[in-house]
Amino acid sequence: MLSLMIKRLLVAVPSLIGVVIVTFLLTRALPGDPAAYFAGPAATKEAIEQIRVKLGLEQPLIVQFGRYVQDLAKGDLGHSLTTGQPVAQEIRTRLPASAELTLLGLFVSMLVAVPLGIAAATHPGSLTDHACRVVATAGVSLPVFFTGLILVYVFYYLLGWAPAPLGRLDVFFSPPPQVTGFYLIDSLIAGNLELFWASLKQLFLPALTLAIFSLAPIARMTRASMLAVLASDFVRTARASGLSSTTVIVTYAFRNAMIPVVTTLGMVFSFLLGANVLVEKVFAWPGIGSFAVEALIASDFAPLQGFVLTMAVMYVGLNLMIDILYGLIDPRVRLEA
Amino acid sequence: MTDVTAPRPESGPAALTRHGRHVIGENKVTGFAFALFLLIGLAALFGPHIVPHDPLASDTAAALKPPSVRHWFGTDQIGRDVFSRVVVATRLDLFIALASVALVFLMGGLAGVAAGFFGGWTDRIVGRIADTIMAFPLFVLAMGIVAALGNSVQNIIIATAIVNFPLYARVARAEANVRREVGFVLAARLSGNSEARIVLGQVLPNIMPIMIVQMSLTMGYAILNAAGLSFIGLGVRPPTAEWGIMVAEGAAFMVSGEWWIAFFPGAALMIAVFCFNLLGDGLREIVDPQRRT
Repeated sequence: MLSLMIKRLLVAVPSLIGVVIVTFLLTRALPGDPAAYFAGPAATKEAIEQIRVKLGLEQPLIVQFGRYVQDLAKGDLGHSLTTGQPVAQEIRTRLPASAELTLLGLFVSMLVAVPLGIAAATHPGSLTDHACRVVATAGVSLPVFFTGLILVYVFYYLLGWAPAPLGRLDVFFSPPPQVTGFYLIDSLIAGNLELFWASLKQLFLPALTLAIFSLAPIARMTRASMLAVLASDFVRTARASGLSSTTVIVTYAFRNAMIPVVTTLGMVFSFLLGANVLVEKVFAWPGIGSFAVEALIASDFAPLQGFVLTMAVMYVGLNLMIDILYGLIDPRVRLEA
Repeated sequence: MTDVTAPRPESGPAALTRHGRHVIGENKVTGFAFALFLLIGLAALFGPHIVPHDPLASDTAAALKPPSVRHWFGTDQIGRDVFSRVVVATRLDLFIALASVALVFLMGGLAGVAAGFFGGWTDRIVGRIADTIMAFPLFVLAMGIVAALGNSVQNIIIATAIVNFPLYARVARAEANVRREVGFVLAARLSGNSEARIVLGQVLPNIMPIMIVQMSLTMGYAILNAAGLSFIGLGVRPPTAEWGIMVAEGAAFMVSGEWWIAFFPGAALMIAVFCFNLLGDGLREIVDPQRRT
C-alpha cells in the first residue's frame, strides 16, 4: 500500500509543475504590461519603471519564474490591490466555506445518485430506469446558476421555507468558535443546536443546487457499471449458487460496480469546483469562488491567480486521493504496484 | 471501438443517409431534437428581423411587467422586452459556441491526429499539454484565461476552446492511432505520398464522423461554459442581449418575485444545451451504432 501511495504521489508531481507553470504564464507572458497595470491608470512613466524594477519584471522570464516559485514555497501569493490583504490569508479564511458547501453537495448527490443508479440497473425498463435516464440527460443540460435561482424563487419567495440567499449565517447569529471552519461541525462542537440549524438552513439550498448538478454523471455511471457487472460471469455464478438477490447485489455486484464510479468522481470534482464559483455568486456565499468573482470585477489579478492556483492544487490533491481510494477498493491495483 | 479492418455490409454517403433517416424515424427523441435544432437555427438566423420589439429599447413606464399578450415573456427592470432579447440572443450564444468548437476542432483535431499517427515526441508533447489542461478544474481555468487575455467575447471563445482541447486531442489521437498501418494508409505511402499528405488526405477524412459527433456533444458544454463566464461578468457586456448575462441581470429580482427576467433566458439556455446533447447522442447512434448507451 505504501509503495502504491508513493507511486501515485510521483505521478501527481508533473501535474503540479504544469499547474505552476501555467498560472505563472497567465500573468507574465501574456499581452499587456503588468507594471503599468499594477501602477494604476494615473501613474507616471517613472512610477511604472519603479514598479517594474520592484516586481523584477526587467529580468529574463526564467529568473522571474524562479522568484515566483520561491514566493510560492514561502506561501506568498501576493497582495490584493483592493483590500491590501495578503491573498494567501484571505483564501485560507474563505476556503472552509467553499469546502463545506462542495462536500455537502457531493454527499447529498451520492446519497441519491448511487441508489437511483442501482435501482435503475436492477430493474431495467422500469419507471425508475426511465426516471434515471431523464435525470441523467436533463441534469447535464441545466445551467447550475439557473437551478440555484429557481430553487431560491420556489423555496424562498414562494414557499418561504428557506432563508434569504445571503451568505453562511443570518445576521442575528454570530459564527461558532473556529475549530474546523465548517459551521455545521463547529456549532455541534460548541453544543449550540440552534446555530447548527441556522447554518444548515443557509447551506441547504446551495448544497442542493450543487447536488442536482452532480447527480447526472454519478447516476449515469452507477447505472452503466452496475449493468455491466450484473451481466458478468461471477454474478451469474453467485445467482446460480442460490444466493439471495440482496446478497448478490450488495456484496458481489455493488463493490465491483463502484470502481468505475470512483474514477468518474475525478471528472465530477472538476465540474463541481467550477460550478461552485457560480453557486457562490448566486447565494452570496463568502467562499473563495465569490472572492475570485469580486477580484475579476475589480480587475485585481493577484487574488484571481491565487484562486486558480489553489483550485488546481486542490484538484490535483483530490485526484490523488481518488487514486488511493481506488487502490483500497480494488485489490488488483495494489498487486500491480 | 469500431473494427476498421472488417468489411462492412454497405457503406458510402447514400447508405449513411438512409441509416440516418431510419434512426430519426425510429428514435422519436432524435427527431424531436432535430426539430428543436431547426427552431434554434431559425431564431439565430432571422431573430433580429422577426422579434416584435427592439431588444435594446427601454421603456421605464413598462418596467418589470409580468408576461402578457403584449410582452410574452414580460419586461425587465428598464422595460426592455424579454422575449425579443431572448430570441435575439440566440445568434450570439450560438456563434460563441460554434466558433469555439470550430477552433478546438482545428487545434485539438490536428494535434491529436498528429500525436496518434506519428507517435514518439509529438505524442508526448500533445499528451503533456492535454494533461496539464486536465489538471485544472475546467471552468476555473477558463476564468483565468479570460481574465489574463482580456475581457472580450473573442477571449471567451479562445478560453472555451482551450479547456475542450484534451477531449478532442484524445479522441483524434485514439482514432488516428488505430489507422496507422491500415491498408489504405500503406497503399498511399507506397504510391509515394508524403506523411503530411497521408494525414490530411487519408486519416483526417476517415475520423471525421467521430469528430463531428464529438463537436455536437461538446456544443452543449461550450454554450454552458460561455454562459457561465458571462454570468460572472466576463466577456459579453451589457446592454448586449446574451442568455448568461440576462440571467445575471434578472438574478437580483428572483428574491422579490419577478421571476420572468431570469427564467426565460435560463430556460432558453437549458433547451439549447438539451437539444445539442440529444442531437449528439443521436448522431453517435448514426455514426457508431455499437457505442449506444
